[in-house]
Amino acid sequence: MDAFWIILTGSLVAISCGTLGCYLVLRKMAMVGDAISHAVLPGIVLAFLFSGSRDPFTMLLGAGAVGLLSTFLIETIHRRGQLQEDASIGVVFTFLFAVGVILISMYAGQVDLDQDCVLYGEIAYVPLDLLYTKSGASLGPRTVWILGGVLLAVIALVSFAYKELAATTFDSQFAAAIGISTTLWHYALMGAVSLTTVASFESVGAVLVVAFLVIPPATAFLLTDKLPVMLGLSAVVGILSAAGGYALAVAIDGSIAGAMAVVGGAEFALALLFSPRYGIPARIKRKTHEELPSVS
Amino acid sequence: MIIHVENPALEIHNLTVSYHRKPVLWDIDLTVPQGTLAGIIGPNGAGKSTLIKSVMGLLPADSGYAQMFGEPLDRVRRRVSYVPQRESVDWDFPASALDVALMGRYARLGLFRRPRAADREMAMDCLKKVGMDGFAARQISQLSGGQQQRVFLARALAQDADLYLMDEPFAGIDAATEAAVIQLLTEMKQAGKTVIVVHHDLQSAADYFDWIVLLNMRLVASGPTDQIFTQELLERAYGGRLNVLSQVGELLQKQQFPARERKG
Repeated sequence: MDAFWIILTGSLVAISCGTLGCYLVLRKMAMVGDAISHAVLPGIVLAFLFSGSRDPFTMLLGAGAVGLLSTFLIETIHRRGQLQEDASIGVVFTFLFAVGVILISMYAGQVDLDQDCVLYGEIAYVPLDLLYTKSGASLGPRTVWILGGVLLAVIALVSFAYKELAATTFDSQFAAAIGISTTLWHYALMGAVSLTTVASFESVGAVLVVAFLVIPPATAFLLTDKLPVMLGLSAVVGILSAAGGYALAVAIDGSIAGAMAVVGGAEFALALLFSPRYGIPARIKRKTHEELPSVS
Repeated sequence: MIIHVENPALEIHNLTVSYHRKPVLWDIDLTVPQGTLAGIIGPNGAGKSTLIKSVMGLLPADSGYAQMFGEPLDRVRRRVSYVPQRESVDWDFPASALDVALMGRYARLGLFRRPRAADREMAMDCLKKVGMDGFAARQISQLSGGQQQRVFLARALAQDADLYLMDEPFAGIDAATEAAVIQLLTEMKQAGKTVIVVHHDLQSAADYFDWIVLLNMRLVASGPTDQIFTQELLERAYGGRLNVLSQVGELLQKQQFPARERKG
């Protein structure tokens, strides 16, 4: 049963992160997920210090707010300060993460958080923290309920706002010209990334969150040229990483989150080698059939 | 020479735009009549693209304003179509030619509304008009530059607008596509649409357009092509360089200098 809950948790994170990650990758903002997942640390600590509890909703609120603040800072420094976007991402997230580290070390006695847990997560503990009904029946791990809610929110966003997200991602100038607010959808997407990152954080750690934000979408991108298929494939790749990673971790008795990320990386490598358009078989085929339908 | 008309498709009033606090357009004041095929002409860095981006509200104006059909853009957005430069988007985006053309229909759909079968048919018709119906399912990065430009035009047609603002639709496309595009734009004009095109090639400008806006950070001239396309006004827009260039060209033709020095 534990295995089931752990794989389910990993899969929920993988699908939420992978879905949002597709848009980040296509917007060339893949590292924004990295930035947010680190930058939210001071938000978590501050939320804990002010509320004095580890209530997940307070944490989500604090971290979500700092997540949005960090995307706002990245945009502002990039636009107003005329600094390159990648440099601006690097400045903002290392600064905020460092502030979080200082806060943790200052209030070490009061804060039940440590850097290791934040970075690597403790997915193995997911089955230990269960929710119960009043009569005492188990409802399953608390994390699964939270992550399930997050996944529903993510799916609602990308299905209701499919055309808005697609248009602003592909051609933001055109989208703006037909009256779709690029700013609104930028922050809606970033808000969703913040929320997902923070909710996933505690259970799977920052490293796996970043891996799931980039690897499944990047793998799916190599395998298809249709956006809806890319979203679906990204989910499949994510679930396979979660299940395969758990099996690998059991086999080698290693870190579960680490193994899930490694399996994701291996899937990406396979896609890179055998992608229908960019892979090795396609290249060999192209060499033998030089007379591809000429495009003029 | 700046000729104003009554009841214009596009009116720009005292527009000044800066980029990083450096003004790139000074006090532009012009009108473009309805039902024309107009060209915005000027040297590199003259602010041609900036002008239409600012008109579309994509760049903030320091002062002045633009109106379409006598109304601010927000009230007539559905009647106005904007075609950005082809290089401004990443063509590796996972979409087919039909998907991109269909985006033209998004302008008419409300928030969260999905395109219907009728929208798909319309998008397909527009691909046909630009000769791309055979490539509807093809991924857009697998298209040539000229074909990508045609897909952009199909998307604009799918908006079914009355005023089209196009940024360099002839940049980097082959001669056959250029001829097909200009034919399409002429047909649109004949159907009563107004088409305003940013164009960099002086040679073809006089043939293509019936209204010309000459720009070089300031407005040099705006009016019917036969009145604007004079040596004097072109020289003012191109700042003497045109004169030097044309003289060199004549000299080359007369004396048949080799274009490149021979290695001795």
